[in-house]
Amino acid sequence: MTVVNATSIEQALSALAANPQARLIQGGTDLMVEVNFNRTKVENVVSLRRVAELRRWHLDDETSMLRIGSGVPYAEMERAPLRDYVPALAEAARTVGSPQIRAAGSLGGNLGTCSPAGDGLPVLSALDAVVHLRSSAAARDVSVHDFMVGVKRNARQPHELIVAVSVPIVQGFQGYAKVGTRNAMVISAASACLVHDARAGTVRIALGAVAPTVVRARATEAWLATQTSLVGNPKVSDTLAREFGQRAAAECSPIDDHRSTADYRRHAISVLAQRLLLRAAYESTATTKRGPQ
Amino acid sequence: MSNEFYTLRVNGMEHQVQDAWAGESLLYVLRERLGLPGTKGACEQGECGSCTVIMDGEAVCSCLVMAATAVEADIVTVEGLASDGEPTDVQQSFVNAGGVQCGFCTPGLIVAVHHLLDRNPAPSDLEIKEAISGNICRCTGYGRIFEAVRQARDTRAADISGGA
Repeated sequence: MTVVNATSIEQALSALAANPQARLIQGGTDLMVEVNFNRTKVENVVSLRRVAELRRWHLDDETSMLRIGSGVPYAEMERAPLRDYVPALAEAARTVGSPQIRAAGSLGGNLGTCSPAGDGLPVLSALDAVVHLRSSAAARDVSVHDFMVGVKRNARQPHELIVAVSVPIVQGFQGYAKVGTRNAMVISAASACLVHDARAGTVRIALGAVAPTVVRARATEAWLATQTSLVGNPKVSDTLAREFGQRAAAECSPIDDHRSTADYRRHAISVLAQRLLLRAAYESTATTKRGPQ
Repeated sequence: MSNEFYTLRVNGMEHQVQDAWAGESLLYVLRERLGLPGTKGACEQGECGSCTVIMDGEAVCSCLVMAATAVEADIVTVEGLASDGEPTDVQQSFVNAGGVQCGFCTPGLIVAVHHLLDRNPAPSDLEIKEAISGNICRCTGYGRIFEAVRQARDTRAADISGGA
């Protein structure tokens, strides 16, 4: 077994080009569990721990796009200023493992592993994030919706590196909620991210751990648009919120596994979606009462 | 990189790790190759926090660090906190408050609490709970552990305001 400790993206890419079957390791919170329990045979590893470039983020003021390096740890997303740019990402980051895990784990890892229960992924889906990939020969951008292909399968080619992910700065409420067997240190049994784009007047909702990949409840989004825009002083009755939740639950395809049952997951999604919509409506009304910002 | 040996910087000292399988965790290398068994191993999947060490200023689970990737990092283990054979203020407050039962989670907690107080000398109760939320005590002696952290915090604050 060999380990390459890359110190730049170029070094990592040339190591990958020489050995496309190498496993990439960033924080190690997924791969090392597999290694410790002999669940995987690892021959070659390219470590990204020392690639400083992957740990940077950049806000483009003109396009209002935030580019987050694939190695930026969740701990940084919990704090200002990233917390203020993408509040739902901060909420999701806060639910990832323990402080020790959040100091190591990253969106690059979440995307690379591509578990439907990855806490960062519903946020990326609801924000229509773009994944930036590079190989030694080329660079390409892939919509996060196309990037996530199946359970622990993604569109990354063996010689490619996930270098960053871009999300738009959106005005309006955004929130993340999840359910597990306890309140902390838990892998999601079901999760949801709702983003209200107050300028566009749209609501987007992504669901986690209830299908082979994180999914968007697009039919539910379209239905909601015929009911309310959430802009200004929206009328979101409990009945409307309940139906929103039920429709979102109908759009997922959960399974029974060691973490939960399909029935419970469907129920959990209906409750999470309903709560997030009510929170969004409340925030929207509160913002209106405070006046324009 | 040749895998015949690599060098780790632990508690300010350079250690050569020779003829090791490159997939070994930092936890394993610390305990089994470098003779530093203070760091404890239990779950080996980042759930329990008993293997917490400080790496480049961050508290991390050493079971989830591939040791061969930790070259060039500054690693501090529980053995590296005290000097002159005297307990640190945090260690002493754990003794005073009775924050140690079976003791297995204690080294990880001591490291996590040092990391907390070094960044934030006056944490609120909520910040304390958050900072040690990744360290599980199966004796469930959380009340006294929590009290020990508050004592360490208050002692440091008194030392600072006393101008010591």
